[in-house]
Amino acid sequence: MPSAPALDKASAPATAVALALRGIGRTFPTGVVAVEDFDLDVPAGQFLALLGPSGCGKSTLLRLIAGLDVPDAGRFDPPPPTTGLAYVFQDAHLLPWRTVLGNVALPLELAGVTDEQRQQRARDAIAQVGLTDALDRYPAQLSGGMRMRASLARALVTEPKLLLLDEPFAALDEITRQQLDEQLRRLWHQRAMTVIFVTHSIGEAAFLAQRAIVLSPRPARIVLDHEVALPDQRSMELRSSPAFAAQTGVLFAALQRGSQ
Amino acid sequence: MSPSESSRVKTMSPLQTIAPPVTVFVVLTLLAEGVVRLGGVPPWLLPAPTQVFAAMWQQRESLLQALGSTALAAGLGFFMATLLGVSLAIALASSRLVQRAFYPYAVFFQTVPIVAIAPLLVIWCGYDIRATIAAALVVSIFPVIANTLTGLRSTDPALVDLFRLYGAGPWATLWKLRLPAALPSLFTGLRVASGLAVIGAIVGEIFIAGGLGARMKEAQTWGRTDVVFAAILLASLLGLVMFAMVNLAAALTLRNWHASEQG
Repeated sequence: MPSAPALDKASAPATAVALALRGIGRTFPTGVVAVEDFDLDVPAGQFLALLGPSGCGKSTLLRLIAGLDVPDAGRFDPPPPTTGLAYVFQDAHLLPWRTVLGNVALPLELAGVTDEQRQQRARDAIAQVGLTDALDRYPAQLSGGMRMRASLARALVTEPKLLLLDEPFAALDEITRQQLDEQLRRLWHQRAMTVIFVTHSIGEAAFLAQRAIVLSPRPARIVLDHEVALPDQRSMELRSSPAFAAQTGVLFAALQRGSQ
Repeated sequence: MSPSESSRVKTMSPLQTIAPPVTVFVVLTLLAEGVVRLGGVPPWLLPAPTQVFAAMWQQRESLLQALGSTALAAGLGFFMATLLGVSLAIALASSRLVQRAFYPYAVFFQTVPIVAIAPLLVIWCGYDIRATIAAALVVSIFPVIANTLTGLRSTDPALVDLFRLYGAGPWATLWKLRLPAALPSLFTGLRVASGLAVIGAIVGEIFIAGGLGARMKEAQTWGRTDVVFAAILLASLLGLVMFAMVNLAAALTLRNWHASEQG
């Protein structure tokens, strides 16, 4: 596993959480088997990408980890945390009647944090995603990329130990998406958190993750468990390097293999 | 990332808003005046607009008093329909079972003719304004219930999940998510209800007592068609004012976030 992030080296193992899935299965009432007998270990502080074709059950896996859905087979050992967990959806899903500040402060408000404290923490989180100029704007006044940044800030404001992202940047244009990828990677470096990032983009998985897991079409099965052999510090230029191409090549081949 | 495009809000000056309907009113009034005068239509059948305005001026005191009483009945009926309708919608939305059990009875208010229950309202409330308020309430409550319920039922499931993840209880979810999210639907219900409340009050007054409704009935028995028209005109104005007030409240509440209030 690549070395832990520089800034929080000491605290990372202490606060981030590890996950273990043992024989997890989920069959929907319609009879669709989304996940079957699924095993996975995620060490604390890891950035993991779950890469798979659309509808392969990767979102179901994420919902099961978040506790938004309950598995009907298998168990988590240890169980995933019920607090210190944040979830980012495919679309921003902001409250349209609240400003950026109000939206980002929402999780703290629901947790009963005092007004003064949550203002400060929300402002900090907004600054971290570079949205300070848009603090008082409403979602209808923001571009798609800015809305996603606000959504990311809302997830980060609780200082989660486990961050789950379900294809968060899929609806954005390529440039915005790459900017946000880089920003997310930087934020993970600065904090002690385990990140599970669901995507169907090979380039995104390779750029972001320390470890990429390639899944087969439904029911999700692990085709490849791959440690991404790229430097810890990653910049935009990395995407055009031969080393990056080699990584995406490996993931692409696995995706193809899985779909056969 | 330019937010200016998405935040562009078209604003219209009051003149631009008011000029078209006023023009239509003036043209139609002149047309009616011409048809009645040139065609020699007798005033008891169809009075000319000038005759209607003259009658309105002549009987201004009693008509204004009647308008005030109708406005009070329609306004209070509408206000109570709003409070009661939203509360009932919240109760109905609390569970599928509750909704299945009680919703058919809410539909009762939609289907029962006000004319049929007016006698009951008199028995319960007497020949006074309370019966008229009740009539306005009964007629206008259903669209409030139905639209608020639709709004409460169509909360973004991802946001419901988010509230669950952050440990929000049912009250926090209702106040901070489901009710605000239902506001656009609620206002749609209020727009419909505002007009219905005036109808309910007038129909109630025709059967019960007081207000523009009673004035219309009296004028009809005296053959004063011009006064009937004057009362109709005032009732329409009352409906318009109530509708405009709901629109204003909607615009102020939703100005920042809902697409239907922008441009």
